[in-house]
This record gives sequence, C-alpha cells and structure tokens, in this order.
Amino acid sequence: MAKWGMTIDLDRCTACQGCVTACQLENNLPPTGPKEAHAGRNYTWMEMIPFEGEGERPKPIERLLPRPCLHCDNPPCVKVCPVGATFKNEEGIVGQIFTRCIGCRYCTTACPYTARYFNWVTPEWPEPMEDHLNPDVSVRSKGVVEKCTLCHHRLQNARDQARAEDRPMRPGEYTPACVEACPTSAMQFGDLSDPESDVSKLAHSRRAYKLLEDLGTEPKVIYLREGE
Amino acid sequence: MSASARRPAKPPLTEDAILLEPILHTGPKFYVTVAALLSVISLGVYAYITQYQEGLGVTGLGRPVYWGFYITNFVFFIGISHAGTLISAILRIVGAEWRRTITRSAEVITVMVILFGVGNILIDLGRPDRMLNVIKFGRLESPLLWDVCSITVYLTMSTTYLYLPLIPDIAILRDHTNKYTWLYRVLALGWTGTPRQHKVLEFLIGIMAIIVIPVAVSVHTVVSFVFAMTIQPMWHSAIFGPYFVVGAIFSGIAALICAMALIRWVYGLGEYLKDVHFNNLGLLLLVMCFAWGYFTGSEFLTVFYGNEPAHMSIFWMKFTGPYAVHFWTMVATCFVIPVAILSNKRTRTILGTVIASLCINIGMYLERFIIVVPSLSQPRLPHAENVVYSPTWVEWSILAACFAAFTLLYVLFTKLFPIVSIWEVQEGRENSVAEVTERIQSYLPNAHTPAPERDKVGVGQ
Repeated sequence: MAKWGMTIDLDRCTACQGCVTACQLENNLPPTGPKEAHAGRNYTWMEMIPFEGEGERPKPIERLLPRPCLHCDNPPCVKVCPVGATFKNEEGIVGQIFTRCIGCRYCTTACPYTARYFNWVTPEWPEPMEDHLNPDVSVRSKGVVEKCTLCHHRLQNARDQARAEDRPMRPGEYTPACVEACPTSAMQFGDLSDPESDVSKLAHSRRAYKLLEDLGTEPKVIYLREGE
Repeated sequence: MSASARRPAKPPLTEDAILLEPILHTGPKFYVTVAALLSVISLGVYAYITQYQEGLGVTGLGRPVYWGFYITNFVFFIGISHAGTLISAILRIVGAEWRRTITRSAEVITVMVILFGVGNILIDLGRPDRMLNVIKFGRLESPLLWDVCSITVYLTMSTTYLYLPLIPDIAILRDHTNKYTWLYRVLALGWTGTPRQHKVLEFLIGIMAIIVIPVAVSVHTVVSFVFAMTIQPMWHSAIFGPYFVVGAIFSGIAALICAMALIRWVYGLGEYLKDVHFNNLGLLLLVMCFAWGYFTGSEFLTVFYGNEPAHMSIFWMKFTGPYAVHFWTMVATCFVIPVAILSNKRTRTILGTVIASLCINIGMYLERFIIVVPSLSQPRLPHAENVVYSPTWVEWSILAACFAAFTLLYVLFTKLFPIVSIWEVQEGRENSVAEVTERIQSYLPNAHTPAPERDKVGVGQ
C-alpha cells in the first residue's frame, strides 16, 4: 500500500504562491478579499506562513513557507472528531467527509498547524468563475470544515485510468495541483513507502525536517532546509 | 373527582403558608418581569435565526479563533450548574441542618442552567441540523462524546434529585391548593406521607445524594478535557480537570447566593433565608476563593517557570497583552474583592456576600473566556493575519437571551412549586431539634444515649 507524501525544498521555493493559486482553482476554494482575510475568513488550503529565516545580517531574513495540510501519521484532528467526519485512510491521506461534518470545529482547534478551514458563510464565486468550477471536487456548504485532501480526486482519476487500461498505476500519474504548478520543482510528491522514489530519498536526506516535529504528529509533508 | 382530590382532613399550613404564596397569588410584577425577560429572549431568538440562515459568519469568529462566546457560555453554564446538586448533596450527606431552606433553590439552578450549557454547544454547531450524527456516527475517542455521555447522565440524575424531595411538597400543593390540581396529582405519585413512604423517599434521596457527587465531578472534568486533551499551549494541562471542578463549585455557590438573595427579596422569605445561610455560604465561598487562587497560581507559575515559547506567548497575552484587562479584572473579582469582603465578619452580610458573588460570577465568566480565546489566538505556527476576536451583536444577544431564559425558567418554577422545601422545614422543626441534641450528646464522653440510627446510616434527614 502506498503512503503518499510530499517534500518542499525551501532552497528552490521562490514564494511565488503558484501553489496557492493552483490549489484554489483545483479545489473550488471561494475567492476572498482583504476584509475576509483580516477576519480570518479566507480559504487557503495551501498557505504561505511567514517566519524569520536564519541570517547573519543585522536583521534575520523574512521567509515564507508553503504549508498544505501535513497529513500527519498521528493526526490530532482525527482523534477529536466526534462523528468520524475526518479520518486517515490506509494510504495515509487525512480526509474530510463534508456531508457528515457537524461543524463543531473541534478539529480546527486541535490542529497545531491551523491547517483546517471552516465555511463561515455559503461560498460564492463571481460571475464567470461560477461556471468554471472543478466538477471533480464537491462545493462545500456553509457550516462545515474543509481541508487539503492531497487532491484525492486526482488519485481516484489516475487509478480509474490505470484500471481502464488494465495496468498498475505508474509513479507520477497522481500529483496534487500544487506540486504540478510549482515552477521551480521545489515540491516533490510520491510514495514514501517506496525507498526508491524521489520523494522518499529526499525525505531521508540530511536537509529534511518536519514542522513542529517535537509534537510527535509525524507529518508526511517534509521540508528541506535551505542554505546547503 | 375534584372532591376526592381535596383532602379536608389535612391540617392547614399555618406556619409555612407564606411558602405557597408565590404559587397562589400572582401580581402585576410577575407579568412585567416575564414580559421583560421574553423580550430579551426574542432578541436572542432573532439573533439565532439570523445565524442559522447566514452561517457562523455573523459572529466574530474566524481562523484561528474558532471558538468564542458560545464555548465560553457552555463552560460557564455547566460550571454554574454545579451549584445545586453538588452543594445540596454534600450538605445533605454531612447532615448540615441549615441546608433545609436552601437545597431546593440550589437544585433548581442545576437543572435549569444545564440546559443552556448544552444549548450553547448546539448554537455553536455549524450544522445543527446534523447534530444527531453524534449518536449515529459517535466516536468514543472524541472528548466531545465524553461530554455528551456525562452531561446526559448528569441531567437525568440532577432532575431526579430535584424531583425526589419535591414529591411531599407536591402532595401538599395537591391537598392545599386549587390550582393545577391535575398536574400535582400526577406528579405527587400518590404520596400520603406514610412512614413507609418517608422511609423509601429518604433512602432514595440518600442514595442519589451519594451517586450524584462523582457524576457532578466527572461532568466538569470532561468539560475541561475538551481543552486539555488537545496539544494546544496552555490547554494541554493535567491541572485542568480539578481546576475546572473547583471553578465550577466556586461560581456555582456564587450563583446560588445571588438566586437566594433574589428569592428572599421578591417573595419576602427573610424568615427562611436568614443571615446565617448567607454567612455559612459566604464562608464556603471564601474557602473556594482560596482554592481557586491556589489552582490559578499553580497553573500560571508552572507555565512561567517552564518558559516554553509556545506557552509563554499565550501567557504574556493574558498578563500584559490584549487580554490583560480580562485577566486582571478576573484576579480582582475572583480573588481580591471577594476575599476582602468575605474574610471580615462585619462585611460578610447578605449584601456583602451578594456583592462578592456578583463579582465572582463576572470574574468566572472572564476566566472561562481567557481560557478559550487566547490559546486559539496564538497558534504555534506564525500567522499572516493578526486576528482579534470580538463578539458581534449576535453573540451578545444570545448570551443575554440565555441569562434571560434561565431566569424565566427559574421564575416559572417558583410559580409552580415551593422554592423552599416545606416538608423539610417542617421535619426540621418537628424532629431535628431533638435529634441533633441527642446526636451531640452521643459525641460527648461518657454518653449514655446510643448514637441515633441516622448517624450510622448517614442518609436522609
């Protein structure tokens, strides 16, 4: 069984936010403005986190770190859900059942990475965008929690394609939209359980580290330290 | 039918007739009060309808402050609900004779206010239409399910515990009044006051008084577990269970004192709710002040000494940051002011204890608020937007409506049932004086009289 994971190379990342935009279009995230952003009401399954990088200049350098859901192997959000609306499947993807979620927002408060989003209002799209939603991804109702699914619908499509052609799924056939959009190939995606995969090798390189590793959440999105 | 229901053989209530007054006579003040409360409640209902239609976007919540007033209300109201059952049960078990006139008013608080604790959780849901998913797909791994279970048990138990000692009084109402006879006849369960019935009733009350204590403790412990089981800074703390229980009893006693003062004033029950009751409860409140101070001090000192960055950012938010006003007001109203008032015998009067109690209730609401909100405001990962939570008119209206609805239910209860237990007062007058004398004599050296039976059993009275 595959164990899907991602590496993000901070040496290559230019913080262009292409991944953020690609994710929003792919996953039918409603566009929001500064007003919503200021109230904490924007939807960015892939978000740029500001942090202070290391540096010897008078001031440390401001950095941005792309943060999708980290798909923890030990997810704090799954534990607390009272109705099983969020779960970790056998391939390690932490998913959300939008039609079961009661909107108690316990998972959103339990996630140490604040990687979960809540639909405060019914999502709306401006005129032309409304007709160009991704048909593979359901539009969420108001009052439910949503999150990065590692573009799970793409996995289903790739798997269906392989089944139709009566062959096993090939590496690289399933790639989330953010990884696909990255212009500098800073993001790699693949099977962490396959020691020969690119992502596996990078995840075990000397530069690899995990966000808030000491919490023991075991994220499957792994960062590669910059400056080496 | 009505002739048989009226039992003229019963002696009329001469001494305690005043306790039936609120049920028998209703003045214009009552209607004014109800109208005022109903208008506040309708504002809250309007606010909730708005929220139901528009979504939780009408509140001040956002990412990362996903929880605000509603969860604060939930913790606060469940805390208040500890007033009744726990205090009444403890006073019954230790055989405190001064309890007789206050247990009823305490037990009613429990049952009425717990509804608003549960209600606020439901108001907080994004999809209240799916709330039964908690039963359909319930996962016992989630602390919210622990809450569902223990609050359900607690509500059932405390309702039973309110109802049992009410039965003889309902029978008095059935026999002495003409109002709602059908209701009282059904609820009195055929009570005639035979010795056997008394024995069974006192046995059941005794059993319930014991069982309800661990249930009450468990309820507030699992409420704290909702926070403590996560790994969020300043929530993930083993002290939270006992800390919440202590805070609950603390705010519960304060709420009870306020309710008693109101009843005493409105219904002129100065003969029943005397200085001694307020004095004794004031002393109990003083003890809880110190217990609360001890827990709060331990909590903050541990965090400060450990000096972990994630915890410290929350710590400073409370000490000097945007929640400093809340924090220091809480310290003043939960500790400084009540200790000053309650530790002095001259200020431990009815007015003094009521002022201290009002302060404590404000302070405990703030305490719940600064437990819920600051920990969410500073997540471990840095945040692009500095989101500050401030509740909107919807949340304020619903909070006001909860208080108004609780008061309304309480008022309606006093119009249907005696708020001071008549039969327990009578029993005290008729039996307990002799019994207590006998009991005290049995404590003394060279006592010739054997200890009374109830002392060994430890139930009833």
